[in-house]
Amino acid sequence: MSILTFLIPVTLCMGAIGLAAFFWSLRHGQYEDLSGDAERILHDDDAPLVPAHTPRPPVATKETTK
Amino acid sequence: MMSNLTGAERTTAMTIAGFGALIGLAMAAAGHGDPMGVHGWIVLAFFGVLFFIVASALYSPEPVEDRALSYYDDPTKVGIILALIWAVVGMFMGVWVASQLAWPDLRFEGAWSGFGRLRPVHTSGVIFGFGGNALIATSYHIMQRTSRARMPGQISPWFVLLGFNLFCILAASGYVMGVTQSKEYAEAEWYADIWLVVVWVVYFILYMRTLSRRNEPHIYVANWYYLSFILVVAILHIVNNLAVPASWTGAKSYSLFSGVQDAMTQWWYGHNAVAFFLTTGFLGMLYYFLPKRAGRPIYSYRLSILSFWGIVFFYIWVGSHHLHYTALPHWVQTLGMTFSVMLLVPSWASAGNALMTLNGAWGKVRDDATLRFMMMAAVFYGLSTFEGSFMAIRPVNGLSHYTDWTVGHVHAGAMGWVALITFGSIYALTPVLWRRETMYSWKAVEWHFWLALSGTVIYVFSMWNSGIIQGLMWRTYTETGTLKFSFVDSLVAMHPYYIARAFGGLLFLTGACICLWNVVMTILHVPQKAPELDYPTSSEAMEPALPAAE
Repeated sequence: MSILTFLIPVTLCMGAIGLAAFFWSLRHGQYEDLSGDAERILHDDDAPLVPAHTPRPPVATKETTK
Repeated sequence: MMSNLTGAERTTAMTIAGFGALIGLAMAAAGHGDPMGVHGWIVLAFFGVLFFIVASALYSPEPVEDRALSYYDDPTKVGIILALIWAVVGMFMGVWVASQLAWPDLRFEGAWSGFGRLRPVHTSGVIFGFGGNALIATSYHIMQRTSRARMPGQISPWFVLLGFNLFCILAASGYVMGVTQSKEYAEAEWYADIWLVVVWVVYFILYMRTLSRRNEPHIYVANWYYLSFILVVAILHIVNNLAVPASWTGAKSYSLFSGVQDAMTQWWYGHNAVAFFLTTGFLGMLYYFLPKRAGRPIYSYRLSILSFWGIVFFYIWVGSHHLHYTALPHWVQTLGMTFSVMLLVPSWASAGNALMTLNGAWGKVRDDATLRFMMMAAVFYGLSTFEGSFMAIRPVNGLSHYTDWTVGHVHAGAMGWVALITFGSIYALTPVLWRRETMYSWKAVEWHFWLALSGTVIYVFSMWNSGIIQGLMWRTYTETGTLKFSFVDSLVAMHPYYIARAFGGLLFLTGACICLWNVVMTILHVPQKAPELDYPTSSEAMEPALPAAE
């Protein structure tokens, strides 16, 4: 099964890339405000709810994100 | 479409198309008398048409406004339409090959129309044509919205989308001509595979560049799912397609590996394609469109991130469960089986997370067929991942392997999970993308939902029955220790289920046709309604983002 000496390193390599990405996300504040992060995609505008040319009302959850 | 491109960009597009057409001409000349020559003409025609589309608009007015102040949606729109066209073609092929199993005369005596050639057209058509286009289109949408930034270029999104479709066309037309590597879900030959690598690298760079331009500090979890899809599929595709062409002027190639080594590579690829093509990308869709449509954040965002890393680290190891009771070393089979069972944890975490998000919004699920598509997708995701872990257990696999149970399992995932979440996302996305009030017909969405659901249930139940009957008949012994049933006996027993399967598929195909019609009618006939706040921004006051230096 010489193929395993090839496939297992390739697979471990992919795992290592994943691990590196995970540590990057950990160190760059990706997990600081999870509830705000989950909420914010809902407010980005695509839902055509706000009438034309009126300023968007402040959203409560935005305050918690910064 | 062309009005969003500057003169310089149009020239670049023409140069690329011209270069592609030259490659096509070279292939046609070199591969004369071989299917590769036919593919050369197809490449030439594909790039030739693109060249003339761009050339005919070369001197039309250029964009005057600052494009960085808006999202780039043109490629997404084309991608959605292409996905639906591929859905209709691929599902039609599926119904056809399913009918051939029930009524073999439907082959009509052609070499090209045999089951062995049409089945890969079906699988590639639905997985890559429908699924792949839907993934590319929705990823363009989600990466821009969640990053609150426009994609970095105007050409590369088109290059990825159209280049990927050229790959799909080369693959499907090749199968009909008998061109195949004989690797399931990786049948396309060497030049198409090389082309896909080029397209995929551009896709990855495009995604990373968009993320790096983001006006939002956090990278939303859907992007992680899409990124894993792009990155892992690239590696899988390259490793599994390592092959030596028999000659540079023909389509035939030989795999670098042989025997059980090749089988291991193939299923390392095959199951990871299920994982990273048919699961993570579509989970990205689920994690964006389901909260969006339900109007409530994902139940546990923390859990969505945990299940992402769980899936990434577990899935890679499970491929060997496709090779139970073969020449593959026993410990490698056990390894695959163990990780397959462990995989149930992150899979059910995602399915449960989706359903818990809807908990409290069941009224919306009742009234809104689009949301119901997404809910049923999560249910089928939970069902088929449980079934998958179960079937990966060696003794269970002894019964299920090589029977229609596997086919039923795959379709519970493909129709129930992948297709339903895609249709739900398309219905959620179409009005937003084309700035329409609603879909053209909500009744048609309802019809589609019930057709798709009943088609899936009929399909899966008939294959469960047929598969288990098959498995049991093959292992029934007489008192003297000989096999009780011949293979033909089991084939006769399956006939009614094959008819039921073809009928279930027909219902599903009808739903897909209704979806295409509904989307086209929405674009043509529903009044415009522009959202005022759909542009890149990092500002609390929702002012447009400062254009990135370009």
